[in-house]
Amino acid sequence: MNLNLLTTSFVIGVLAASIRLATPILLSALGEIFVERAGILNLGIEGIMLMGALSGFLGAYWTHNLWIGVLAGMLTGILFGLLMGFMSITAKANQVVAGIGITILGGGLSTLLFRLVFGLRTVPPTLKIFPTLPIPVLSRIPVIGPVLFEHNILVYLALILVPVASVVLYRTHFGLKVRAVGESPDAVDTRGISVGRTRYLALIIGGAMAGLGGAYLVLGSLGLFWTQMTAGRGFIAVAVVVFSKWDPGRALLGAWVFGLASALQISLQTLNVPIASQILLMLPYVITIIVLISVSRRAEFPSAYAVPYFRGEDK
Amino acid sequence: MTAIARSTKNINWPGVGRSILAAALSIALGLLIGALFLLFSGQNPVAAYTSLLKGAFGTPARLAETFVKMTPFLILAISVSISFKCGVWNIGAEGQLIVGAITSFWAAMTFHFLPPVLLLPLTAVAGMVGGTLWSGIAGVLKAYFNANEVITTSMLNFIAVYLLAYMVNGPLKDPEGFNFPQSRLIPESLELPRLLAGSRLNIAFLVALGLVIVTLLFWRSTVGFRMEIVGASRRVATHVGLNVKRTIILVSIISGAIAGLAGWGEIFGVHFRLIEAIAVGMGSLAVVVALIGELHPLGMVVSAFLFASLVVGGNAMERSAGVPFALVDVINGSIILIVLARSYLFRGWRS
Repeated sequence: MNLNLLTTSFVIGVLAASIRLATPILLSALGEIFVERAGILNLGIEGIMLMGALSGFLGAYWTHNLWIGVLAGMLTGILFGLLMGFMSITAKANQVVAGIGITILGGGLSTLLFRLVFGLRTVPPTLKIFPTLPIPVLSRIPVIGPVLFEHNILVYLALILVPVASVVLYRTHFGLKVRAVGESPDAVDTRGISVGRTRYLALIIGGAMAGLGGAYLVLGSLGLFWTQMTAGRGFIAVAVVVFSKWDPGRALLGAWVFGLASALQISLQTLNVPIASQILLMLPYVITIIVLISVSRRAEFPSAYAVPYFRGEDK
Repeated sequence: MTAIARSTKNINWPGVGRSILAAALSIALGLLIGALFLLFSGQNPVAAYTSLLKGAFGTPARLAETFVKMTPFLILAISVSISFKCGVWNIGAEGQLIVGAITSFWAAMTFHFLPPVLLLPLTAVAGMVGGTLWSGIAGVLKAYFNANEVITTSMLNFIAVYLLAYMVNGPLKDPEGFNFPQSRLIPESLELPRLLAGSRLNIAFLVALGLVIVTLLFWRSTVGFRMEIVGASRRVATHVGLNVKRTIILVSIISGAIAGLAGWGEIFGVHFRLIEAIAVGMGSLAVVVALIGELHPLGMVVSAFLFASLVVGGNAMERSAGVPFALVDVINGSIILIVLARSYLFRGWRS
């Protein structure tokens, strides 16, 4: 173990990586906050992220335009969000099992389509990811500059979306409807607001964000697609949402804790610490469980959480 | 056996008929969706499904292989169904199987001086204890910390996969294994007896069937009934004086023990050593098998057989027709969603 590497530049490297690794979780978690606030538990995020990753890859690969990849990832995410909406709102199915179903479907479909398009290759197809875009002036600040202001555009977008999500959730009429639908759907329904439509809209946001989160993995981070590449990040995003108490600002903190665990895991491996790589790889998942239990006991879930809404007449 | 006679006497046959019809319809729709994807990508679905069927049933050896795969599916589905009936959405069967496999293998190596007659049952118990340890974590976290079990069990699956990878690359690695990530072989005296010469079909299959009977009896017992009440309504359960927390932990323990037993079956009946890929995809398949079987032990026998044929056939299809195995996952995911939405989708068919 080389202790000389534990210098400022090492710490800065880990912190900068933690922001990048937090981004896909943050994007998906921000969307899931709207979904859960509206009273739906979408456990299909893992599958939606995988479909977003695949669509992002295909869109960018075929058009040589990364933004079309981003758009494709979000649109596919919306489609799968609508599928979750059909299952949970229209068909009133058990949301937990529907989420598991969407995760299996998304995992299988993304792998199948990738294989059908590219076949079996020894060298996987790659694409160039979004370039790093240092923000003038700010990126020159010592420590903070390289940690916060030397990322690609999708990372900035995710960070900007945190206050945006807060404003939409707490300061707009739509946000009020979303929160009300999750707390007391009956009351909202008697005011002439459609519970179903509001929940569908929340799932469109959630789907688009999970699709974007998946697309980020390919377009903003790895430049490749592989089977099950999300590796549990969808479930981690759901854990982050519980940790956040359904608040975008706290979601940033939760996602960052995960990002830090992942970044530490990776840099400890490169440092050749005398711990097996497989043990280090467990770290983010262990942290997620610890984070989840640290808040779940006192968490106040939305009242209508995971309960399908039946109008008085068809009860 | 009288309990079984009783449990078959009260069967609502028209209801069973409707369940079978609905399940068949859901599976047919799932296959149709898979066929559409094949068509869309320029593959021939008839050729693909033909090679799938041949792969699963073509020869007695293939059929035996289908039963080999059916064994862990059925055991895991029973494990999952017990949790689900109690309203515990445990998707951690995969991790529990893995840990059960590790602990049963460890027991075989550690207590190698015991005679096989004693050692083999001991390894089975060790596998069950391993599975229980893993599921118990999620159970305690659910009962006492209100931690969503879907998230904890899925995280524990990833941790178990890395734990196994660590074991076969580290402490349990075969020193004479040419650096392959695998453990040494268990002694031949511990290999489960074969049911059919020349195939991998072994006693674990009978263990799975025995488990079906035990589970049928279990749901008629007081403990089973209590679990069903907790699953139906936590409020009612508390109201009638049941300890919900303790029931959730008990359910986790039972589910984990059964899943661990599946791990034991895979090691001592099929692989004879620890390898990295003993459980890939089995956790989610167990959920599908349990749901299609409507969480009923006999229903799950049928669905475990169907999905084992799909998997064994799907592997053959990938080899002979070049159709990616992921098609099977697409079909499975579609089937779950169709089954869940079927009361809405088939609502006009009630008469």
